[in-house]
Amino acid sequence: MVSLELLKDHETVRSAPVTEAEALVDVRRLNLWYGKKQALYDISVRFPRNQITAIIGPSGCGKSTLLRSLNRMNDLVPGVRVEGEVLYEGVNIYDPRVDPVAVRRQIGMVFQKPNPFPKTIFENVAFGLRLMGFKGSELEDRVVEALKRAALWNEVQDRFRKESGLRLSGGQQQRLCIARAIAVEPPLLLMDEPTSALDPIATQAIEDLITGLKQHYTVVIVTHNMQQAARVSDRTLFMHLGVLVEEGPTELIFTKPKHPYTEAYITGRFG
Amino acid sequence: MEILKQRPSRNPKEVLTFVLLVSLSSVTLLTTLGVILSLVGDVVQFFRRVPLLEFLLAPEWTPLFAEPRYGIAPLIAGTFLVTAIALLVAIPLGLSLAIYLAEYASGSTRPRIKGTLELFEGIPTVVFGYFALLFVTPLLQWAIPDLNIFNPLSAGLVMGFAIIPYVSNVAADAMESVPRSIREAAYALGARPYEVALRVVFPAAISGIIAAIILATSRAIGETMIVAIAAGQRPTLTLDPRETIATMTSYIVQAATGDQPTGSTAFYALFAVGFTLFLLTLLLNILAQWVVERYRERYE
Repeated sequence: MVSLELLKDHETVRSAPVTEAEALVDVRRLNLWYGKKQALYDISVRFPRNQITAIIGPSGCGKSTLLRSLNRMNDLVPGVRVEGEVLYEGVNIYDPRVDPVAVRRQIGMVFQKPNPFPKTIFENVAFGLRLMGFKGSELEDRVVEALKRAALWNEVQDRFRKESGLRLSGGQQQRLCIARAIAVEPPLLLMDEPTSALDPIATQAIEDLITGLKQHYTVVIVTHNMQQAARVSDRTLFMHLGVLVEEGPTELIFTKPKHPYTEAYITGRFG
Repeated sequence: MEILKQRPSRNPKEVLTFVLLVSLSSVTLLTTLGVILSLVGDVVQFFRRVPLLEFLLAPEWTPLFAEPRYGIAPLIAGTFLVTAIALLVAIPLGLSLAIYLAEYASGSTRPRIKGTLELFEGIPTVVFGYFALLFVTPLLQWAIPDLNIFNPLSAGLVMGFAIIPYVSNVAADAMESVPRSIREAAYALGARPYEVALRVVFPAAISGIIAAIILATSRAIGETMIVAIAAGQRPTLTLDPRETIATMTSYIVQAATGDQPTGSTAFYALFAVGFTLFLLTLLLNILAQWVVERYRERYE
């Protein structure tokens, strides 16, 4: 019943669309291929400032690919090809004059599995700051501040200089990765299923943290956990087979989905 | 019941496999032990004739002189000198190559370069020895006029190139085994490829890299043909790379191909030198294992 043929010329169903002025990121007709295989079809969507946008959809729907095109992490995949524009603060990050490294310094990312460096807790958080040239007491202040914002400070304050980040528990490691990402104060934070490797208690702690983050940051979070999307996000995107099927305020998507596929997915009939 | 009677340890094929594997592996172990034991007898003979203090402290190694001296120091100095020169070449070049292989080379060039290096590794060292003596030494003499025909500089430089594959391939393997997720974390923070290589991958792989260097070191210490041909066979207590010297290995070649009568002190000296060489490489290997254990990072 659900096939790409039916979705090919699909016009995304939008509720309460984001205006250009509200958008931090404006994706325009984005198409992406891995070699010959097309992974994203003509995606247009805006991500509003200081809000949390969730991307949901079944495995292989392109949600991680869309997320990774927002900070040009897909560039690291051999054979990737991108068409269309991703405007960040009005600048197309795929413009040939744009340095992808500069893009990634503006946009933080947290991954599916916690991936701290085999370094001390301090050096993990300091990594991005050092790349930007921070030194001495300013560096230390920013590290401590980031650990506090990531709700990890109380647990590590007596050992964060000496202990390896790898010795923390899974949930603590993920909060360390969040601290590492937000230490450089990126206006935009991308999270790729940040709790899928964690137990429910650690998940709860991360979700509380994410909701608190939107004061300072714009967050885009990919999740395959629909309850999580419902709990933390302001807006939700539903993707399927590389197509953006529907987007709108989270409450609407979950209570009154307009597209039959969206409804089928959130009621658990496929996915 | 039937299933209770079938003990897996009694299965004849299982027993046969076990016995076969154990006996085959004990062959290796017993050979090693045999080598050590056969050395020990002759080493004991040597130290009955030459006091240990003379062996450790005398500044000369002249077993064939009318008044022979048996000080190991010149041979150790020679070995040390050649090894140090070789490592000065092999470590920077080998590690640069490893970083290139692990972080920059594309998926198709990487196996080709590694394969070429392995071929290079297979060149008989006697070829390198004559290359050093007949090509590199004349070239060096042009730049350094008072360089001896037989000198550790030329032998060390050529040996350095010969052991590059030991450094580069082992170190590249160590860097390639650093998880991709850690590289991604660094790229996502806006690190450039060289920053990912030097600040993340290199430190994460440090135990493997140190192991590669130690492996290359013991290879250099044990290397025989290049030094025997190009560095000379005159034990001299010096660290001057222009002088003719002898290493422990080149002395063993010289003595083994010479005409010391079996049972003479000079003959037993051969085993004392061999045993010292054995102890040194053993120590290095133990050090390598310790380093790998000590600095190994667990990524999960």
